[in-house]
Amino acid sequence: MRKSLIALILTVLAARPAHAQDLLDLLNETEEEPVEYAFATFKTTRLINGHSVETNSGKELLFLISHRFGRLNGGASEFFGLDNATIRLGLEYGITDRLGVGVGRSSFEKLYDGFVKYKVLQQKSGAENFPVTVTLFGSVAIKTLEWPEPERENYFSSRMYYTFQTLIARKFSEGFSLQLSPTLVHRNLVDSLDDANDVFALGIGARQKITGSLSVNAEYFYVFPGQISSPLNGETVQNALSVGLDLETGGHVFQLHMTNSRGMVEKLFVTESTGNWLDGDIHFGFNISRVFSLGGSGAKGEKKEGDTPAKAPPSWE
Amino acid sequence: MLVLLLAISVQAAQAQNRWFTKEGYVRFYSHTPMEDIEAKNYQVNSLVDFSTGDMAFSMLMKSFQFEKALMEEHFNEKYVESAKFPKATFEGKYVSGNPIDPRKAGEHKVTVQGKMTIHGVTRDVQTTGTFKADGSGTVVGTAVFTVKLADYDIKVPGVVKDNIAESIEISVKTEYKPM
Repeated sequence: MRKSLIALILTVLAARPAHAQDLLDLLNETEEEPVEYAFATFKTTRLINGHSVETNSGKELLFLISHRFGRLNGGASEFFGLDNATIRLGLEYGITDRLGVGVGRSSFEKLYDGFVKYKVLQQKSGAENFPVTVTLFGSVAIKTLEWPEPERENYFSSRMYYTFQTLIARKFSEGFSLQLSPTLVHRNLVDSLDDANDVFALGIGARQKITGSLSVNAEYFYVFPGQISSPLNGETVQNALSVGLDLETGGHVFQLHMTNSRGMVEKLFVTESTGNWLDGDIHFGFNISRVFSLGGSGAKGEKKEGDTPAKAPPSWE
Repeated sequence: MLVLLLAISVQAAQAQNRWFTKEGYVRFYSHTPMEDIEAKNYQVNSLVDFSTGDMAFSMLMKSFQFEKALMEEHFNEKYVESAKFPKATFEGKYVSGNPIDPRKAGEHKVTVQGKMTIHGVTRDVQTTGTFKADGSGTVVGTAVFTVKLADYDIKVPGVVKDNIAESIEISVKTEYKPM
């Protein structure tokens, strides 16, 4: 019915005096409204410390180098924290446009981590509508520091931490995106009976683009009260607050930020941030990511899924 | 209903020289010593009226496919700003030495002239092309021409200046069917 209606409109219109302008109008009328998938909700797979809803495109490898320095209030003798750097080296790979895996190694706590990320739903508008992009995230972290009390019986499982997140983001406009990240961090071993093994937190993050290549980001993890009571190195555990800039150049994204967290893995920044912003316990840090395309022409834009297959007759190539 | 059908058939008889495609092909190619970049769009809409010589093209910028997903993202987000300017269009006329009968097999060289709109900027353009009719209801139109990015206000940041050519080669191939 819809086809015949279009045909009718076309033929009726076709009878009008012919001008190129009419032809263009005619074309516009026959065009079906496309499904517009939101893309580039965030510039890269991290907002600041935490993961964003973005996954790597299929067959793309991302190399991520992250640094966090000591505290700014360490003063001139500590060169405002720069004397005291920790690093995380990471590799992330897109198995498909929606499914990604990654590994990393942090110098802090000699921590290894691995994660899986899957983009379940995509924000779209036009012929089909969905308001948000949803990505599921799961990770394992293994602390390989020597046991602080080697004489007692230590289990390997005590080294393990797990994180589960549902990342929900909406790109409200070309410039502004907002993300909510309900988070569960499971710690096999905690300091005391008053500390929960399962820590629930809610992350909230946003980015605002300043220019095409520059954006301002902010991120906050709210840990629901009563779950963490033991102090860490004599300091109370704080909610993680970070602000930063994203600068994109070709295949690189540079992220510069200020944060009260030392670590770059969920269990570290969600449950073990001890810096207090008001006291100046602020760490400068950066992430540098570089994307490499593997597998040649196999990689395609993420918006292709569910689209009408667009292929060329072979003779046209 | 009958009246309607009649009306349609009468109209259709008059409209026989309009030919149409929704699956036209446009490729662009940027060559620099540093890098070759190409993108292909297989969902180009085009109409040509062989009785008047009028032509029109319309395509979504987001339908361009790149080899690398990141290129596609940057193309849409930073260079052509697809959210703001979703379409590229052309409207104009072709001029042929002799009148073209699209139902008769033959190849015709034409000059195409008109207004092209990319990135919200409209420019007068002229190029040469070919219509090739196979005599059994298909006409293939082809053309190759270049556009300058600066003409359409498309800015390339300094860091990738060496990777993106100032002039981009555009190839068009459309397989028209009668409407």
